[in-house]
Amino acid sequence: MSHQENARGPKPKRLTSSRIGIYAFLVIAAAFFLLPFYVMVVTSLKGMPEILKGNIFALPEKPTFEPWVIAWAKACTGVNCDGIRVGVINSFKIMIPSTFVSILLGAINGYALSFWRPKGGNVIFAILLLGAFIPYQVYLYPLVRMLSQVGLYNTLPGIIAVHTIFGLPVMTLLFRNYYVAVPIDLFKAARVDGGGFWTIFFRLMIPMSGPILVVAAILQVTGIWNDFLFGLIFAGRDNLPMTVELNNIVNTTTGTKAYDVNMAATILTAMVPLIVYFVSGRWFVRGIAAGAVKG
Amino acid sequence: MEPSVSIRDLRISYGALDVMRDLQLDIQPGEFLVLLGPSGCGKSTLLNAIAGLIDVSDGEVWISGKNVTWAEPKDRGIGMVFQSYALYPQMSVERNLSFGLRVSGHPKDDIAKRVARAAEILQIEPLLKRKPSHLSGGQRQRVAIGRALVRDAQVYLFDEPLSNLDAKLRVDLRVEIKRLHQRLENTMVYVTHDQIEALTLADRIAVMQGGAIQQLDDPLTIYNRPKNLFVAGFIGSPAMNFFHGALVEAGGGLAFKGQGLEVPVDGYETSGPLAAGQKVILGVRPEHVPFAEAAAGRPGAVEGRVELEEPMGADSLVWLALGEGQMSVRCSSGKRYHPGDRVPLAFDMTRASLFDADGQHRL
Repeated sequence: MSHQENARGPKPKRLTSSRIGIYAFLVIAAAFFLLPFYVMVVTSLKGMPEILKGNIFALPEKPTFEPWVIAWAKACTGVNCDGIRVGVINSFKIMIPSTFVSILLGAINGYALSFWRPKGGNVIFAILLLGAFIPYQVYLYPLVRMLSQVGLYNTLPGIIAVHTIFGLPVMTLLFRNYYVAVPIDLFKAARVDGGGFWTIFFRLMIPMSGPILVVAAILQVTGIWNDFLFGLIFAGRDNLPMTVELNNIVNTTTGTKAYDVNMAATILTAMVPLIVYFVSGRWFVRGIAAGAVKG
Repeated sequence: MEPSVSIRDLRISYGALDVMRDLQLDIQPGEFLVLLGPSGCGKSTLLNAIAGLIDVSDGEVWISGKNVTWAEPKDRGIGMVFQSYALYPQMSVERNLSFGLRVSGHPKDDIAKRVARAAEILQIEPLLKRKPSHLSGGQRQRVAIGRALVRDAQVYLFDEPLSNLDAKLRVDLRVEIKRLHQRLENTMVYVTHDQIEALTLADRIAVMQGGAIQQLDDPLTIYNRPKNLFVAGFIGSPAMNFFHGALVEAGGGLAFKGQGLEVPVDGYETSGPLAAGQKVILGVRPEHVPFAEAAAGRPGAVEGRVELEEPMGADSLVWLALGEGQMSVRCSSGKRYHPGDRVPLAFDMTRASLFDADGQHRL
């Protein structure tokens, strides 16, 4: 086969059995992961009587949006029956400042570490990274004590501070690695041109950081939105994020479990990460690759 | 006259390692000084120290009569051009040129005037609206030079500005830089590892090795009277031929004897007394060897056997076996030579170099 007398031009492509096997596996894997989502969507569109028939894969006979309306505005969490909408607003109030502040601080850290190289910078960076590998649960109690000492426990600034602190190691790593690849001459030229620490950062480095800012934003938006633990512990009753509200709705049972409402509420909660994923699929994958070190 | 740039007792160390110590250098106003040396010789480190981009461990840097040892790069009155161009990628050429002025809050019409002047000098007016990624290498380096010019600095620093360009562009831009210097008459400090660039551009060349300046002289002196074996071997392409031997008494005068050769050293312009018995190294440039007809009848002419010939267009390089050694000779390409040919050649001692046995000093 290695020498063919009539070989000429591009090599012909052929569908081999291994190729077919790969595609078959991919289709099955996709179906496996999509199926639960399908069940959630169809269940959320059914009335309870239909659900109780037990055929979870069937399409709804009489589609209804009633469960969605209940989930959004009327579902009960304990004594409050305002639905999950309160949690949505809280989640945004937590997520937006946390994302912004953690990215800004991470970028400044990465910039300082790669260009200004302060004495002991590598040690600080190593300690920061070490922080990323210690399980969060270890910090919970000390952090509760510390925040209540300074009056931030159970407040919005408190939960934002927590998200910022825990986002810092990965954000710093992300930006440091990005800036290390920027030619040092660029930085030197900017210094000769008269840029100081902040001028070079805001007028030269940040405008150059488009791709990594997107990746960082995706990581932080999905990470902070999906957080349950910190929200439950640090946010306080008035600021509970959507994930905690969802848990409360699902676990508040009066009579039969309202599967339809639960499914609708869950999809609503997952909506923000889903949209982020569909809008920025390419970047999302990069974000995962960059965040892979998170362990 | 007060030097434009003055380096005094400069020491630079990383941890316990001194990469440069007790370095002294005065650069005159309007002078084109080239720092030349192999990679790792400290030439870029020295330039960065002048620019204030690395901290010095000891000593002082003076620019235009001011001690700037502790000054920020922007406050030193310098403009700098980098090998990698270092253009700000997200800014247009115009904004690249004006970045420094905008940062320091210059009035708008002054910025426009200076940018227009630099663009005119470097003929980059048609490129002003483009991004660096849409420019060729030569255009990028022009813009980078322009960005330095806009600063109206006393001293311009060039860090291997032509090394990333292809051979033809390098020659073009080299000429342009020389023109620029003639027109602006600023002090320029130029780092390169390319000796042709150094010889063509410099008023004076500082040949560096091991963090120290080996020789600081005008290009012709560097070429004709290298101070030590390193400078002799580094400058000149193809490289100087070296023969190891000793001085001996011969026929009432001194002669070099070694590696199967005996050559009278009459006519050598010595800087100190020469004595018989002294161990020396004889250095002869390939282009300073009377060869074939030119060697006939000269005293001390010897015969070499051709090993191979490298034609280079305008002339050709002939490699010969000679005594127990080898040497290269540059000759006009009128005549071809073949392996095995025996050709007479002579040593012109007025253009040769003699070094002491360890190559540290010219004799």
